[in-house]
Amino acid sequence: MHMMYFTERPYRDVPEDEVISNRSFFGVPNKFFDREVGARLYNEYLDEACHAEEVGFDGIMLNEHHGTPFCMGSVMNVEAAILARITKKARIVLLGNPLPTLRNPLRIAEELAEIDLISHGRLVPGWVRGAGSEQIFHNANPAYNREYFNEAHDVVIAAWTRPGPFRWEGKHFNYRYINPWALPYQKPHPPIWIPGVISPETVIWCAEHRYPYIGLGTALQSTVELWNLYGDTAAREGYQAGTENFGYLQQIFVAETEEKAQELGKAALFGGGAANFSRPEWTLPPGYNSKEATKRLARQATDYGFLGITSEKLKEAGEDRHQHSDTRARLRAGQVSIEEAKRKIYGNYQKAQDGLQIIIGTPKSVMPKLRLIMDVLHPGVMGFFQPLGPLNQEQRMTSNRLIGTEVLPALREYAKELGILDPFERQPGSRPYVAGTKRDPLVDIEALKHAPKRDESVRV
Amino acid sequence: MAEEWSEEITHVAGTDLAIIKGGKGKPLLVLHEELGHPGWLSWHSALAKDRTLIIPVQPGMGKSPRVEPIRNVHELGLFYSRVLRELNLVPIDVIGFSLGGWTAAEMATANARQFRKMVLVAPLGIKPPQGEIFDPFAVTQRTQLNVTVRNPESVPEFAKLYGGERTPEQFEAFEDARTETARIAWEPILSNRCLPYFLEAVTGLPTQIIWGREDAMVHVSAADAYKQALKNTDVRLTIFDNCGHRPEIEKSAEFIKLVREFLV
Repeated sequence: MHMMYFTERPYRDVPEDEVISNRSFFGVPNKFFDREVGARLYNEYLDEACHAEEVGFDGIMLNEHHGTPFCMGSVMNVEAAILARITKKARIVLLGNPLPTLRNPLRIAEELAEIDLISHGRLVPGWVRGAGSEQIFHNANPAYNREYFNEAHDVVIAAWTRPGPFRWEGKHFNYRYINPWALPYQKPHPPIWIPGVISPETVIWCAEHRYPYIGLGTALQSTVELWNLYGDTAAREGYQAGTENFGYLQQIFVAETEEKAQELGKAALFGGGAANFSRPEWTLPPGYNSKEATKRLARQATDYGFLGITSEKLKEAGEDRHQHSDTRARLRAGQVSIEEAKRKIYGNYQKAQDGLQIIIGTPKSVMPKLRLIMDVLHPGVMGFFQPLGPLNQEQRMTSNRLIGTEVLPALREYAKELGILDPFERQPGSRPYVAGTKRDPLVDIEALKHAPKRDESVRV
Repeated sequence: MAEEWSEEITHVAGTDLAIIKGGKGKPLLVLHEELGHPGWLSWHSALAKDRTLIIPVQPGMGKSPRVEPIRNVHELGLFYSRVLRELNLVPIDVIGFSLGGWTAAEMATANARQFRKMVLVAPLGIKPPQGEIFDPFAVTQRTQLNVTVRNPESVPEFAKLYGGERTPEQFEAFEDARTETARIAWEPILSNRCLPYFLEAVTGLPTQIIWGREDAMVHVSAADAYKQALKNTDVRLTIFDNCGHRPEIEKSAEFIKLVREFLV
């Protein structure tokens, strides 16, 4: 089982009241950025990644967001290039490069090849569509988001695998002369993983390409649905999906004592947490989601708040006329104080833990919850997501050390018991499916019955 | 009373196209705005007394399927030109609203002779010299709709736009329209840098420009920019005070009078 460390690399010194009054991390004016803080934090996060490798994580996962103190990794490939040189054995997992907003897939192919070469083949690239707000930030037409994504992906793979030089004349991308000199270290190209939230199109696309799908903390019930969709698609494509095709990212914080963990873990709710990633008008720009995905979102967002997509926000986007009862709308209307909004945010702390939006505790007390996730999902890859807020570096590293030295060894043993193999132990898509037979089960429906139902009002 | 209008799917220009028709008399091409056909309003009824209104529902909106080869507003204009030719409607009077006004202007740059007279109501398409075009893609549907009138509460027909009730179906129709508008006009933001240059070549096309002085969607300075660009044809500009982006419902009586007199 592959265990990876993840942090959003937040700008932890942003004034929380600014985020809350803005109702969003995206769009907080950059006058609050301090270069000394920025310089310190970028270096701290690189040190943290090295430390995570030392204490036992198999991989360092990076991501990318733009125009927001929520995540400082606005050019993830720069960090990945540094990690390629300063780490020794950890996989560098990029989940992922936002192909539609970057809009130069040949350049991405070149950058990633360099990282793979410098790291001697430790790169795991991945692709995302970019958050809605990032279509606004980088002026990428949201109506073409899916088309940009698909074609850019094809350009990258072609640049890595098709002998050059050749011409590319597509619908959205045109190149006269594709012939990158530096090609990836791994052949035919680095293994690709794809992170996802709730879009069924992404799940189907992953299964068609035999790319592992990494669920970003989605509620277990909906994750089970998506993984079954993957499994059915895989069978149609002629292969058996298994543990090697799936990963799961879990927000977690660990400390030496329960009291300390509970006190510090509140950082996960800083500024409203991921529910305040963006406002609805920026989260779902026109055409960004298919109709089907939007409908699915409307149903599932009730128990899931990643990247600012929540039922409350959907109601705003959906022109619900009776929204004045909710805190966010009242905050916007000036009817609620920041303090009241904060009380509501932090008042959900226990419910967020009850619903597994975040797991907090000692190495011992977090184990049953982690085992439950493994029981239900059997993920070949597990990501450990450090909370967002103003924890200091020692507190963050302590959490990582305790997870790395105490939690991970126990989970590895448990993974063996469950027969979980990761994508490096078994090639995704390598096991044929015989038409007409029953495909392998991917999830444990019995275990799911023991999973808590998420409280719809909780957004972390 | 029977409906004053009907909607039919016509196969034209290589695609199915929903066309709303109503009224009697000489045809008048109506190009609707970026949220779709707003429904049959009192100004439609007034103009339909002596004109046959022909309102194609823009491809990608309502019951008209998307036409993939169209990738910008100039190409949308070329599409409508093809529709007019195939339906033997050339030359025709045209009135266009916002995105529809921009489309009519693009059509005029390609061939001014396809029109007899042209009415542009607060058209998008030219970056205003002052202020800017409001970005509807970074706000919710409701905000976009509210921005289009100066004061929703003082405009009786505002509540009737798009059938009034905001049903899930209407929500989806708005999202379709916004998506299609984004698809063809995302960048530059709802404008075409070349348009003023090519409008200078328009001759022999009497044009009436109508704007609201408090237009929050397209700053009123764009009205003069349009007038200046159309300097080589007979162009007149009317600006209504205390009016936003929808003079046709915010100043309905004055609007109807002005348009009817111009189109005589």
